[in-house]
Amino acid sequence: MRREPPQSLGDYLPLLFPAAMLTIFFVVPFGTMIAVSFFQRQQGGFYTPAFVFDNYARFLSVFFGGVLGFSLMLAIIVAICCVVLALPFTYMLTRMARKVQVVWLVALLSILSLSEVIIGFAWSTLFSRTAGITNILVALGIMEQAKALTPSFGAVLTGMVYQAFPYTVLVLFPALVRLDPTLTEAARTLGASPLRAFFTVVVPALRNTITATLIMVFIFALGSYLLPQLLGRPQHWTLSVLITDQAIYQSNMPFAAAMAVFLVLVTLGLVALTVIAGRKGEAA
Amino acid sequence: MSGLALQNVVKEFGAFRAVNNVDLTVPHGTFVCMLGPSGCGKTTLLRMIAGLDLPTGGAIRLDGEDITRLPTHKRNLGMVFQSLALFPHLTVGENIAYPLRIRGAAKEDQKKRVDELLAMIHLSGYADRPVAKLSGGQRQRVAIARALSISPKLFLLDEPLSALDAKLREAMQVELRQLQQKLGITTIVVTHDQREAMTMADTVVVMSGGEIRQAASPIEIYRRPADSFVADFIGQTNLLEVQADSAGRAEVLGQAIPGLALPAGANKGTLSVRPEDVHLTAPGAGALTGKVTFVRDLGGTIETFVDIAGHQIVAVSTPRARPDVTVGQEVGIALTPDVCVVLKK
Repeated sequence: MRREPPQSLGDYLPLLFPAAMLTIFFVVPFGTMIAVSFFQRQQGGFYTPAFVFDNYARFLSVFFGGVLGFSLMLAIIVAICCVVLALPFTYMLTRMARKVQVVWLVALLSILSLSEVIIGFAWSTLFSRTAGITNILVALGIMEQAKALTPSFGAVLTGMVYQAFPYTVLVLFPALVRLDPTLTEAARTLGASPLRAFFTVVVPALRNTITATLIMVFIFALGSYLLPQLLGRPQHWTLSVLITDQAIYQSNMPFAAAMAVFLVLVTLGLVALTVIAGRKGEAA
Repeated sequence: MSGLALQNVVKEFGAFRAVNNVDLTVPHGTFVCMLGPSGCGKTTLLRMIAGLDLPTGGAIRLDGEDITRLPTHKRNLGMVFQSLALFPHLTVGENIAYPLRIRGAAKEDQKKRVDELLAMIHLSGYADRPVAKLSGGQRQRVAIARALSISPKLFLLDEPLSALDAKLREAMQVELRQLQQKLGITTIVVTHDQREAMTMADTVVVMSGGEIRQAASPIEIYRRPADSFVADFIGQTNLLEVQADSAGRAEVLGQAIPGLALPAGANKGTLSVRPEDVHLTAPGAGALTGKVTFVRDLGGTIETFVDIAGHQIVAVSTPRARPDVTVGQEVGIALTPDVCVVLKK
């Protein structure tokens, strides 16, 4: 089917509503935030309009650089963990009977209905000394004594992977369903074991999907701010936590805005790099 | 014994028996076509030979070795799928080199073999093209080359030509047969196209309902079908009831045919006579008499439809031997025992 480009002003009408919503609820607040990031903070008060780089300058410190680096690293690890776990899982899921698939997908969707708070507290209970999973290990005789697994980096990572996993599966699912199953069969007849067939055919054939999924989970994980606080120590706090802290508890709107703008810029830069690297890989 | 042997192979999907007690011996270097209507179990049988499905019962042997439970990737096969299953992320050359790469062949050896195969399929210089840029016939050739790159013990093809247009398909049938003869490789093709089977095969295996109805050379199958299903499935045929009359002679539509014999011990049967073996005569001169209902003149051949007491008989003749008949005319039909096959009921 060929679509004609819009001819008259009337043809653009259906676009008007989403465009208006996007402007009012996204472009305007984001613009305000950029503006505020250049404002002058007033000690003990709010802020006054100005055009100063103080907020950005303050951000360029070892401390905030470290937090930014940690946030990015955490998001990257979460993205990689999610894709590494979800890809084989989803691949096997698409090869199961329709009924089994529905049960799994409903279960995964129900995780999406849980709020971050509930997920955080559930995991902090599971990782606790008194009621946690280590008690099971003790009962099985694998461990000597029950111990607390939280707060720790592992706990933060587990909680965030748990939260992002359903999204990862849902993004990968359509691409894997569409993948021709005879491709793996062909690889097997040509001498590849099922495992090698997966890595030499399924993974490369889905390279673009995998890259897109990594980016999606990365961005999703970057915004996380509750789980690091519930399951981690202060050194595991992400930039989002600090932004909230500055905006709400320190009443330093301009600095919070500057950090947010910086985070957006770094994220966009990383995504652009990934896309460019993907294109280069394809050309080679 | 060298070659492939299937012994009492059974495949059940739940309560459904897709393949029922199949016995088949394929000597080394033969070209076998498995032919049958859809759902007859031919693809399932091929998948079991490939190891993609495991038989519920029976054994599969290759060169004397039991491979019934051997995983697919250890069977050293080459298989061409109906969808071709070329790897979209690899180039033509990389696709063909895939089995060699998996087996850890050296880069130079891979390249040499790919060049050899590309020359064989008349696609030299295409190694670096993406497969998406090829035409249907070219993809077909690449799939064949990829399956042959390790010189497999068995070459399996599942409806390989069904995606091609009619002209290309006919050309590929000849090409595939010539290639197989040159390489001397044991080949099994699944098809529902009897013309394809007749063109390529040393042995045609006609299947129906999960069973082998007949396995023989194409001409044997055509001339001496084992039963009315085979007679009807391979080529066109006229089927008529045969009965023993009171004197024990074979009788068709109430007319005794001299020299025609019923199967031993049976007093009923089905007579199969090919349209090109039906000769029209003057009324009364042949064994049967009927009325012409339609003449289909196709230029190269002429089909005459004759109605005999509610049974339709088709006679095919060449323009040189064009019968001088018109619709509505009474004609005689000559049935000589040497062109008739009487099949068991």
